[in-house]
Amino acid sequence: MMQLQQRQSQSMVMAVLIPVLAALVALLLTALPLMLAGANVGEAYQQMYLGVFGSKFAFTEMLTRATPLIFTGLAAAVAFQARLWNIGAEGQLYLGAMAAVWIGTGLIDGPAVLMVPLVVLAGALAGGLGMMGPAVLKTRFGADEVVTSLLLNFIILIFVQMMLEGPLKDPMGLGWPQSMPILDQAALPKLMDRMRIHAGLPLALICAVIAQIMLTRSTWGFRVRAVGANPAAARHAGINVNRTLLGVAMISGALAGMAGVSEVAGLKGYLTSDLSPGFGYTGIVVAMLAGLSPAGVVVSALFIASVFVGADSMSRAMGVSSYLADLTVALSLICVLVGGFFGRFKVSFAKKATA
Amino acid sequence: MEKTPVLRLRGLTKTFGPITAADAIDLTLHQGEVLALLGENGAGKTTLMNMLFGHYTPDGGTVEVSDFTGGMITLPAGQPQAAIDAGIGMVHQHFTLAENLSVMDNIMLGSEPLFALKRDRKAARDKLRKLMEDTGLHVPVDARIGTLSVGERQRVEILKALFRDTRILVLDEPTAVLTPQEADGLFIALREIVARGLSIVFISHKLREVLAFSDHIAVLRHGQKVGELPTSEADRKAIARLMVGAENATPQRAAVSVGAPILGFQNITVKTGNARTSLNDLSFMLHAGEILGIAGVSGNGQSAFAQLLSGLITPDSGTLSLQGVAQENPTPKSMIDSGVGRIPEDRHHDGVISTMSVAENMVLERLDDPEIQQRGFLNKTAMAENAKRLSADYDVRGPGITARATLLSGGNIQKLILARVLDRDPKLILANQPTRGLDFGAAAEVNRRLFAARSNGAAVVLISEDLDEILQLSDRIMVMHDGTLTETDSRDRAEIGLIMAGQTS
Repeated sequence: MMQLQQRQSQSMVMAVLIPVLAALVALLLTALPLMLAGANVGEAYQQMYLGVFGSKFAFTEMLTRATPLIFTGLAAAVAFQARLWNIGAEGQLYLGAMAAVWIGTGLIDGPAVLMVPLVVLAGALAGGLGMMGPAVLKTRFGADEVVTSLLLNFIILIFVQMMLEGPLKDPMGLGWPQSMPILDQAALPKLMDRMRIHAGLPLALICAVIAQIMLTRSTWGFRVRAVGANPAAARHAGINVNRTLLGVAMISGALAGMAGVSEVAGLKGYLTSDLSPGFGYTGIVVAMLAGLSPAGVVVSALFIASVFVGADSMSRAMGVSSYLADLTVALSLICVLVGGFFGRFKVSFAKKATA
Repeated sequence: MEKTPVLRLRGLTKTFGPITAADAIDLTLHQGEVLALLGENGAGKTTLMNMLFGHYTPDGGTVEVSDFTGGMITLPAGQPQAAIDAGIGMVHQHFTLAENLSVMDNIMLGSEPLFALKRDRKAARDKLRKLMEDTGLHVPVDARIGTLSVGERQRVEILKALFRDTRILVLDEPTAVLTPQEADGLFIALREIVARGLSIVFISHKLREVLAFSDHIAVLRHGQKVGELPTSEADRKAIARLMVGAENATPQRAAVSVGAPILGFQNITVKTGNARTSLNDLSFMLHAGEILGIAGVSGNGQSAFAQLLSGLITPDSGTLSLQGVAQENPTPKSMIDSGVGRIPEDRHHDGVISTMSVAENMVLERLDDPEIQQRGFLNKTAMAENAKRLSADYDVRGPGITARATLLSGGNIQKLILARVLDRDPKLILANQPTRGLDFGAAAEVNRRLFAARSNGAAVVLISEDLDEILQLSDRIMVMHDGTLTETDSRDRAEIGLIMAGQTS
């Protein structure tokens, strides 16, 4: 008979090892659909590897892809630490992008030292306010933020499409629903010549470091963790639970908004309604893989970006569907959840006592 | 008449990690007998019964049940259904009734086949009627559980257990939620049923009840059976010694002169939407050096009273004052800052954050204290020192200050909370069921700390369901019933019991 026993403590080694093993197992499991698709599995993995590490360009492409995932992963990690289920990072990303475009396409003009911070702040503020709605509804009326923040995504996306057909539409855009390009002085600077990698990456890394320090070492982070782990005890101990949740909502939304800024002002240059291929949702997976640790978010964002970029390049080289990337990401999340189970419980097989 | 054994436990053993919760325990229950299992919390009573009932698989030993043809059959381990089929019924300490269903539905629940298309309500109803006639336990059959009193619910639980043709009934702390009068009524009814041949295993840590109700007593301590004797030969002192190990000195109260007014209630009313649990026009004044014991059956407004003192709710009308200062819109934080130390009733739910460390839990209420943080950043060294000092002073034992609080035992969690609360020298202490679930030693320690705080000039509000504890600790006693407080000078259990039941003397 199988028996489960709760482990007394979880070691650090295990906390790191489980997601790494889970990711590897997920990669291995991807071999099954690869075989079903009739591809040479060994070659497929090689193409995936080359797609990420094969050239300097490939590597910077991976980093570029990881940038928004770090932001949205942080957005989810910070919110989830407080058990505030922000599923609306996708919408907040678009709000941030829209604010960046609004400020950065000529509303105000100035030198880059002024414009870049202004664009970033505007995007962060817009994203933060985007999460305040669901958070206020939760703290005021007890509305489930999973539902409100999720559904708000669709409202925001349709609003973006409306704006792109109306006030934000580029008159020079040949009728395409896209915004005017962001001014050069408002764009996030490129990090390398002839590469797409931009200043969004260092910005994301700085945010991760700050989030890590704030969560583990500040009284604010203490309150966030306390509210997440046991709101009743936190409230009893004099922690203002609602205020903490509202603060977390603002910061989580702001991080998601910065993902939008980074994409629109660092990479694309103008806003379209297909700016994000679901970065907001993938951010949830990134955060879960990272065990909600901001430092871990950086690592898991790099892993997931590698899978996406590698699978893209593999599918081009071998004619296999690039949806395999989504499959691998989904598999790794499942593997982490299963792995987390083995981290918490010890499984032993005992012979059934003879009656 | 030679008594026939109906249940025999042979060498039952169960270990959880390094802890042996039950160590080779032998017990025999005879037909028509009440066997009391007496022991402190954590002595292994519940573990033993869970093995008997098949919830746990024992590591060793067997459970034998009479097959009523003279022989004994061995129950297969770890199968509750086998225990039910053998006629064992269990009434748990906490009610397991569905409040939105009727008495009838609750009693039938689980005794019907899953895929039956028709429910034979008529037959079930007749059977229940007969059962109520036979046992003298009467309840309104079609009433919803939610509308019944606690005593009635207890009767439903017992009827539910008996409904399945039970021959052996296990009662786990059945009187925890009853008034003394209700408890006496229950025992009279159970005596009737026992006279008809039912056998009962009765779990309790209340010595008085055990002596009054049982035929045979088995005492457990640290998972071992340390004594077994007929109740007629039992001596109160000897049994207490068996339970606790050595004779623990109960803390003695020192004479303390009453000081300045600390807590004032002036016509305080709190409406909770339920008349029984609301607070209805309470007025009193509590002074430094006084312990006010609030007796009463739970669910009579104690929780609103405790929430009010914790700052979790505000009065709908009336004034709450601390040291003469009226508290406008009290919050948990304002109450803490005004010198109120709160020991919550549900220590796991409200008292600690179990996934955070011992050190973190010890500063939970001091996050603004410059000793703990500078400019919003935690001083981890100060936190560690604080935790080490408090652990030593209050004897908090566990895997260490960086271990998650969930790894501490209930008694040590309570000591952690005491340390956090009392270390700040509160002027007023709210102790809500402070010794519930603690073993004798830990409970005595809590009481000693409360006495010490009183000697230092604190006022204490003690809310407890345990009348003995109230009588032992309190300088003043008030009884809570239906949201009102009645102060009494009486120290007589029966008299206080009457007030608890709502009869003014």
